[in-house]
Amino acid sequence: MNASGDEHPESVESFRRRARAWIRGNLAPLRDGDGDLASAGEADWLRARKLQAKLYEGGFAGICYPREYGGIGLTPAHQRAFNEEVCGYEMPLLLNTPTFTICGPTILDLGTREQKREHLTAAMRGEEVFVQFLSEPASGSDLASVTTRATRDGDVFILRGSKIWSSSAYAADYALCLARTDWDARKHRGLTMFLIRIHQPAVKIHRIRQVNGSSEFCQEFFDDVEVPVSAVVGEINDGWAVATHLLFHERNAVGGGSPYFSGPLPTSRRESAAGDVVGLLRRTGRAGDVAARELVAEFHALGKIHSQLVDRVAAGLRSGQLPPAAGSLIRLFSGETATRRAEIALELAGPDAVMCEPGQGSVRDIGVKFLSRQASSLGGGSTEMARNIISERMLGMPREYAADRDIPFSQVKRGRQNDHQ
Amino acid sequence: MRFDLTDDQRILQSATADFLEKFCPVSATRALHEAGRAFDRDIWRHGAELGWTSLIVPEEAGGGSVSGDGLADATLIAEQFGRLAAPGPFVVGNVVAAALAQAANAGAHSGLLGRLMTGEAIGTWACCPPAGGWDPVAGAIEAVADGDGYRLTGVHDRVEAACDADVFLVVARTADGLTQFVVPAGAAGLSVSPLATLDLTRGFGRVGYDGVRVPGTAVVGTPGGAAAAAAVERQFQIAVVLQCAELAGAVEKVLEFTAQWMSDRFSFGRPLASYQALKHRFADMTLWSHAAQATTAAAAAAVQQRHDDAAELVSVAKSYVGQRATDIIQDCVQLHGGLGVTWDHDIHIYLRRATVDRVTWGTPSEHRRRVADLLNV
Repeated sequence: MNASGDEHPESVESFRRRARAWIRGNLAPLRDGDGDLASAGEADWLRARKLQAKLYEGGFAGICYPREYGGIGLTPAHQRAFNEEVCGYEMPLLLNTPTFTICGPTILDLGTREQKREHLTAAMRGEEVFVQFLSEPASGSDLASVTTRATRDGDVFILRGSKIWSSSAYAADYALCLARTDWDARKHRGLTMFLIRIHQPAVKIHRIRQVNGSSEFCQEFFDDVEVPVSAVVGEINDGWAVATHLLFHERNAVGGGSPYFSGPLPTSRRESAAGDVVGLLRRTGRAGDVAARELVAEFHALGKIHSQLVDRVAAGLRSGQLPPAAGSLIRLFSGETATRRAEIALELAGPDAVMCEPGQGSVRDIGVKFLSRQASSLGGGSTEMARNIISERMLGMPREYAADRDIPFSQVKRGRQNDHQ
Repeated sequence: MRFDLTDDQRILQSATADFLEKFCPVSATRALHEAGRAFDRDIWRHGAELGWTSLIVPEEAGGGSVSGDGLADATLIAEQFGRLAAPGPFVVGNVVAAALAQAANAGAHSGLLGRLMTGEAIGTWACCPPAGGWDPVAGAIEAVADGDGYRLTGVHDRVEAACDADVFLVVARTADGLTQFVVPAGAAGLSVSPLATLDLTRGFGRVGYDGVRVPGTAVVGTPGGAAAAAAVERQFQIAVVLQCAELAGAVEKVLEFTAQWMSDRFSFGRPLASYQALKHRFADMTLWSHAAQATTAAAAAAVQQRHDDAAELVSVAKSYVGQRATDIIQDCVQLHGGLGVTWDHDIHIYLRRATVDRVTWGTPSEHRRRVADLLNV
């Protein structure tokens, strides 16, 4: 049985052949920079939505999503076959994360039937893009301490507060938004998850300029936003359970293990990155330098081992031999690897990474990447949080002391101390 | 531990673990060392019955794996050897058995292979150049045609179990090119001298060949040619994969007893395991341990299936596992405090063996250079 209820789903090989023929007949070659959130503009988003609509019409949208919500109800093996076949072709990569790999699966897990029918189906058609409204200016790693206020008023909740670090919110339609609905409950108990419409007068969006010059991240301000009760995902005051699902899918997505990721495999992209460094070594005339050759090999090895680790952890999770928290292993490895690889690239590029003739930007990009290298150890949950999760929830070591445990949230010290006095 | 084992592989794994825990606890290995012995031949023969010597050998040659993937099965045993720091020529013994079984003239060596598989005879691979390095091709000694046989001259260094071996698989160079021979330990002109080593669980020696006369039937495979070079490369890959699996097993075990220590040991009224500074280090080490096992399994699969990238994945694995294994064990010494640097604590047995493994069959740095060569940088 598969998600659509068919007793005899199409075999992976037959699906692969059909996908190959359709891809060749319908998709253009992949372009440089496709799927790069940092450089995506309005035209890229529009193109991604149109591509998604094309996939939907061709019968290749939402491969692992159930049919009744616009998907085609096949298995991760079918999705993997598609991902292999679509290598080198254009795909709406911008829509993968968070729409299809994080928000979609969370709505699928805990949304109402109506929410799934309306929003998942729209997403499959390229008509809706989702983002997450989780972090706040005063709540980052300590996500459950959010203070965006949702006050019940009859059939609606009124939202007031601010969210931050939402990626590409300006280009999206709906957001999963975590807000506090009960201030007298303990920290994790008074939260509710809402699926809110982004573009409305009471929501102001501000784009944040980053070190690398991009402005994909946004901050939102809610000025008495009206949200119907029907937009609650999961139970009222049980939003933490929804957030837990969401974070699980996020770790999977960030680590490269999501079954809902549709497009060329991250593995192949990790390996083409190694090819770039080999090219760099040749251009800079250091191909005979033993120290430089060892750095290239290390860069390459880390990419390989990342993929091998993803396979191992996926097998452990599938068979239940690893607890769900083990997804954090992949998250930690990807953060640490990106850090080391940025360092190696800087070392290999030498002076060209920090200055060059105007217009010769390709090498200098390595320098800019180095400046924002910690982003890969911050986004999707910091690597410190990953280490906490591995040691506490995977290995069972004692949890960190928390001063906010077992007291009403209204009595918890929060934000910066001076804010309180 | 792998997460994709068949039921038969699980049985092999637990039978090996039970056997080694009963007959080769670290205390017994310490006693062997005190007595000046590298390993116990009776235990080796019993182990042979459990498959220690025959998993990589095809069924038609008298061997057989439990899963159809002999190298994966052998890595399971290697992991258990690593977990117990168990003595015995597991890596080199399997390299020799695989070489004999896969040779074009395997039939000519079936008697010897049979004795190796029952554990009656001990075989090792002699290939390392005395000048340093681990390239078995560079280490080839001279073999001059002499009537219907050859005369071998030269020296092989760092040969595992050299003093206990009954037979050596020797890498040499004839007029035809790279050629391997089997040479019995008692051959005239052959000398073996032990080397002092950090490792308390295994012995290594130097083998000298002073015009050792061998018959033409001692050739394994064909003299020279691409097949001989490919066989030597494959033996090297098998050695490195099994070594990585031993290291991965050792690391897993050291992390287990260190985690136990961290929960048992209290300082300032709380267990070591409650300190975030230590928890975070332990999380890193846990990650490295999983990555080491992942890359070892991938290398083993590539070698078993003779993939084009087998050499590359083997060197990727050793460059990572060799480095991280010693990183982890050293930091676990640190977490044990003063106890970690005492003779009585077992952790130094593991550290010694991992340190020797880090260097033998190529250091992490040497394997990175091999990866760069293979990438055509």
